[in-house]
Amino acid sequence: MVSRASAETELFELLRGIPDPEVPALDIVELGIVRRVELRPDGGVTVDVTPTYSGCPAMHVIEQEIVAALRAKGHDRVELRTVYSPAWTTDWLSDAAKAKLKAYGITPPALVAAEQPLVPLSAVVRRAACPYCGSSNTERKSEFGATACKAIHYCHHCDQPFEEFKAL
Amino acid sequence: MGADSVSYPWLFEYLLRLGDDRLVLGHRLSEWCGHGPVLEEDIALANVALDLIGQATHFLRLAGQVEGKGRDEDALAYLRDGIAYRNVKLVELPNGDFGRTIMRQFLFDVWSVLLLDGLRRAAHPELAGIAAKAHKEARYHVRHSGDWVLRLGDGTEESHRRAQTALDELWPYTGELFAADEVGGVLAGTVAPDPTALEPAWRRVVSDVVRRATLTLPADGFMHSGGRQGRHTEHLGHLLDEMQILARSHPGAKW
Repeated sequence: MVSRASAETELFELLRGIPDPEVPALDIVELGIVRRVELRPDGGVTVDVTPTYSGCPAMHVIEQEIVAALRAKGHDRVELRTVYSPAWTTDWLSDAAKAKLKAYGITPPALVAAEQPLVPLSAVVRRAACPYCGSSNTERKSEFGATACKAIHYCHHCDQPFEEFKAL
Repeated sequence: MGADSVSYPWLFEYLLRLGDDRLVLGHRLSEWCGHGPVLEEDIALANVALDLIGQATHFLRLAGQVEGKGRDEDALAYLRDGIAYRNVKLVELPNGDFGRTIMRQFLFDVWSVLLLDGLRRAAHPELAGIAAKAHKEARYHVRHSGDWVLRLGDGTEESHRRAQTALDELWPYTGELFAADEVGGVLAGTVAPDPTALEPAWRRVVSDVVRRATLTLPADGFMHSGGRQGRHTEHLGHLLDEMQILARSHPGAKW
């Protein structure tokens, strides 16, 4: 008989099969969205998920896909629980996940810097490395991009725009 | 007094304030979608709007749970009349031009960072968790709005004039952010920071940026009030009409 812990691990691993709808290079486990899978005594499954950004429009689709994936394995009573603490951070991305992002054409996030004093300063902008040519001769065009998690940059070396997964 | 002993009406009222400020401001910002002065700004304002509406969703969902009467975040957003909204008047004012939109955003963002910083240390674990996430977002919001205040204030004669006009006209709406009342008093120190205690730090940051933007801080005078008690400007009703019409015309509709 399979122990509950190993059955839970198996379901957790199963969820690695679900890509993030907006950044399909990464799955929802390596992004840190799935926090925990619990087999309840009543036979149901509880999945703890944490939102990336407060308004991330992909969360709804992700939750539907989790339920569908577990249903396909015969788990009909799936409960999703939103957990807020600890708050999601890009520091949870492993080096392997960051390498996948880069290969996908998105500059991976830097480590989250210590909180700066609350005075806006446009002067100190870290130059993101271009994911295509590796050059740091780049310029941040906007801290906001096509999705909440990405910023827009321009590479002056290979003369093309690129996106960066923002450190959060 | 511990967080558990804070009775329902106070915490519910407080969560409505947190949710309504962000819902109404997020809706206002979303009005810029497709109308931004440049593509990057159009995207930026829509992104900030999305963050604020997302934060509102989490605060209002918790409000509904605390109330315990079966109302979820959608019921609270779409089925309350203006008189039941608890946002400050600052966020319901029409956008005006880009300079005015940005100036309002800056005044709000600085306050929001300070408030959320206090809330993320609050004795209410779920509220603290939502605030910790929102705090990270508010920090890049203020970088964006603050940068623009510097650029517009210290820009051309025209941008300076418009930024100063916006600051002068919005200033009388900032007093409400720090007003003490019974709700704040009951929760202060356990669940929420004391609203009056946020004002010195807010003034420090705002006056520093205003000075560097070559703008002039307005003198304190009459301050508007009443939004927290449901006494709003005529602008909120029009905003809610547009925001709520679909949900009210087709109850239970899904799309």
